[in-house]
Amino acid sequence: MEAVAALRQGSGHAPAWVKERRELAAQRFAEVGFPTTKQEDWRFTNVAPIAETKFAAAQGAFAASASLVAAVNVPGALRLVILNGQFAAGLSDLSAMPRGIRVAGIRDGARDGAVGLEEHLAAVFNIDAHPFAALNTANLDDGVAVFVTDGAVIETPIHIVVVTGGDGTVVAAHPRVLVVAGANSQARVAQTFIGAAGDEYFNNAVAEVVVGEGAVVDYYTDQRESERAYHVANIQAHVGAKGVFASHVFSTGARIQRHDVGIALKGEGADCTMNGVYLADGDRLVDTHTSLDHAMPHCTSHELYKGILAGKAKAVFNGRIIVRIDAQKTDAKQTNRALLLSDDATINSNPQLEIFADDVKCTHGAAVGQLDDEAMFYLQARGLTRIEARDMLLHAFAGEVLEGLRIPALREQIETNFFTALSRDVELKA
Amino acid sequence: MLEVQNLKVRVEDREILKGINLTVAKGEVHAIMGPNGSGKSTLARALSGHPGYDVTEGQVLYNGQDLLDMDPDERARAGVFMAFQYPVEIPGVNNAYFLKAALNAKRKHNGLDELDAMDFMKLVKEKLKVLHVDDSMLQRSVNEGFSGGEKKRNEIFHMAVLEPALAVLDETDSGLDIDALRVVADGVNAMRSPERSFIVVTHYQRLLNYIVPDFVHVLSEGRIVRSGGRELALELEEKGYAGQGAR
Repeated sequence: MEAVAALRQGSGHAPAWVKERRELAAQRFAEVGFPTTKQEDWRFTNVAPIAETKFAAAQGAFAASASLVAAVNVPGALRLVILNGQFAAGLSDLSAMPRGIRVAGIRDGARDGAVGLEEHLAAVFNIDAHPFAALNTANLDDGVAVFVTDGAVIETPIHIVVVTGGDGTVVAAHPRVLVVAGANSQARVAQTFIGAAGDEYFNNAVAEVVVGEGAVVDYYTDQRESERAYHVANIQAHVGAKGVFASHVFSTGARIQRHDVGIALKGEGADCTMNGVYLADGDRLVDTHTSLDHAMPHCTSHELYKGILAGKAKAVFNGRIIVRIDAQKTDAKQTNRALLLSDDATINSNPQLEIFADDVKCTHGAAVGQLDDEAMFYLQARGLTRIEARDMLLHAFAGEVLEGLRIPALREQIETNFFTALSRDVELKA
Repeated sequence: MLEVQNLKVRVEDREILKGINLTVAKGEVHAIMGPNGSGKSTLARALSGHPGYDVTEGQVLYNGQDLLDMDPDERARAGVFMAFQYPVEIPGVNNAYFLKAALNAKRKHNGLDELDAMDFMKLVKEKLKVLHVDDSMLQRSVNEGFSGGEKKRNEIFHMAVLEPALAVLDETDSGLDIDALRVVADGVNAMRSPERSFIVVTHYQRLLNYIVPDFVHVLSEGRIVRSGGRELALELEEKGYAGQGAR
């Protein structure tokens, strides 16, 4: 319990149901503790630096918080800011609030009995499988909840900015997001993780997404934490019958990143996309674990993860697909590709298919390679420098995932960030 | 314009070019002919700076500059263009976007303003018309899924936009039907000028019916064994490469 006690924080004035869920999660975390590399799911990702650091409970605003929020402004979007784990109304911008949605800070919402919060918060997914998610729930205190009314089509992008830091104090935050999209509703939600450059902190995020019957939800994650941050995030979605859910993850930051993205297709005819592109350089570690649960028949899933690795970076990709016995006519496709720009960069890629139904189509492919020399030469022979040619090929490589971003202003912002990050590593293999 | 002196080139430890001497003056069209394996394409690739081609001896002067000392992109920006024998497919890179970047790299090198998207498209549309190239080629990924003929036409289209001072065409005629061949030849002929030189590498004399060269050189086993005027190509057509010093 010691680690939990040290990491726990938050207010004591929560309703009983919140306290109960916290307690259960705290017990669970006390039992399992921080994972070690002896566990299959953590074989390549040593979280000792997180387990061994004494983090201070995150406080409120820090010097750069407002400017960081401004730096990722998406014009026209509804902005919800989570500052060091707490909903920050002052930094948020609700002026674009469209009809058909309700938003609430989780702490206030729980206090005020916001409809749907008790039903869904910390209820969508099974915390047992995720020690860090249990840790997040053990600290359940604040964050944002978004409810989209049945049938509402929300054109306004919903942008959740998670900003974390402590002005030199090494803090831990446990931001929480809940998105519930009612039947036949449509919404696009983006989540940006950002911190001050050079800041060390631990951000342990959880997002739960409930996609109702026939609902269409896009969920974008832009992870651009400080290069010294520890970033652990868990996105779990349940998709109802004929629902469509697409997750896109773009990551360029953090010293250690661990992303778990889990999608459960809970109703017939659901469809999901699970894409991501990451850039890792220096001695950074980027670990992605995805899990797709095909529980019902006639569902489709498309998964594409791409990595660009430079320096001594390490990447881990584990893509699990479960096709349950009732999930006939499943069509699942998983692709994982990585480009290694240096001799010292490594990736461990592991598809994990567990198929119990017999009439299904499941394909997976993994490819690890270098930049195509002939393509490089072709571009150079037309006048582009080596760096320009490389960037053009990397742009093309990442473009396949970036083009899934359906909020133009956000796409531009993410592309710019991505290619700025790329220029950090100008060393090219000869 | 171009002076190749005693050029020796190795590919993977095998000497392919064994001392090439070639002088190309401004405005001239030189055809390099020869049987398979004679080193024609090696000469083209060495001139463009392909990293797989090791120059072991000799030198190449381009407008007095040491060409071999320049990176492939520097050569291109200085006005050397190679039409690839096998244009590379580059998925995800838009053909127009790439060509604009290439043109602007060159313009910047020459101290000219970079063209914006509108001016670029205006220029491109003119070139497309001359070459009978379909607009749709612009918006596709570079060479991806192009037919053999489309790839070669795209090369000529790039050449037309980049307006090189020296163009090296590496077997641009191979695999083309007669209509495509005519389009390619028309594109080249439209660009002939007293200021621009061409090196046309080809296995067949057929292309030279459409692009009439000033000089023809026959390459065999890494050496130029005969040089002459256009009539040499016709002679080769009749008699073949046997007896041209090819051992």
